[in-house]
Amino acid sequence: MKNKITLFIIWYILWMCLTWPFDPEHAIVGIAVAGFITFITSDLFTPRLEHFGQINRYLWFFYFVFLFLGECLKANINVAIRVLNPKLPIHPGIVKVKTDLKSEIGITFLGNCLTLASGTLCVDVDQERRFLYVHSLDVKSQDTGESAQLIVNKFEKVLERIFE
Amino acid sequence: MNNIIGTVFIIIGLVFDVIGCIGLIRFPDVYSRLQSSTKCAVLGTVSILLGTFIIRGVSPTGVKAFLTAVFLLLTAPVAAHALARGAYKSAARLWEKSVCDDYAENK
Repeated sequence: MKNKITLFIIWYILWMCLTWPFDPEHAIVGIAVAGFITFITSDLFTPRLEHFGQINRYLWFFYFVFLFLGECLKANINVAIRVLNPKLPIHPGIVKVKTDLKSEIGITFLGNCLTLASGTLCVDVDQERRFLYVHSLDVKSQDTGESAQLIVNKFEKVLERIFE
Repeated sequence: MNNIIGTVFIIIGLVFDVIGCIGLIRFPDVYSRLQSSTKCAVLGTVSILLGTFIIRGVSPTGVKAFLTAVFLLLTAPVAAHALARGAYKSAARLWEKSVCDDYAENK
């Protein structure tokens, strides 16, 4: 029940942001909409409530946003240079990288980050959820997957403190 | 002042969007194409939306643009992941000059 109330509050805040200038009609309709969405999604998301009160996690999340935006920009410039280079210097391949994250939301965020930052694309997550199969644009022939592993480790350390 | 900064963001976004489309044509296989289309198109579009947010400020348009940017950042990689996995399962081949394919051993 507590989970559902938390979800309801989150969806309601989102609804109020979407209908930004406050007015009572939207506020009333929002209760119905947020209630319906909570009813649909309550078995998809199970927020761990004890995590919401810990200030540390918010600070790490703030740091994570900046880390992510920096990496994203770097990766984009990297890909843009490769696209515009007439020789098309890419060495693509699918590599396997290991992760230590356990929670589902942590792995989801890691996969999303890998796709948006760092010249890699998350193709699949292993059943036992210890490996990510990652398509990388620049696999060096000797150190297969090492560059991707470095970036995974970088995000992992931060995500561990936010979601685990 | 806000107008100028916002316009700069929008121009950067357009440049990245165009590069993403060029990559979509130039890259050789599904996976590389997905890389260029997700990365460049997402950053380009997010940049355009942020530019809108900067120009309009905290107003109905601005807040919606900002929320759309966050929504796009969360959902676009999921779509790319689903497309890539689906492509592999339906036997879309990697480029013949690809270096390695660790996923093949998984089957």
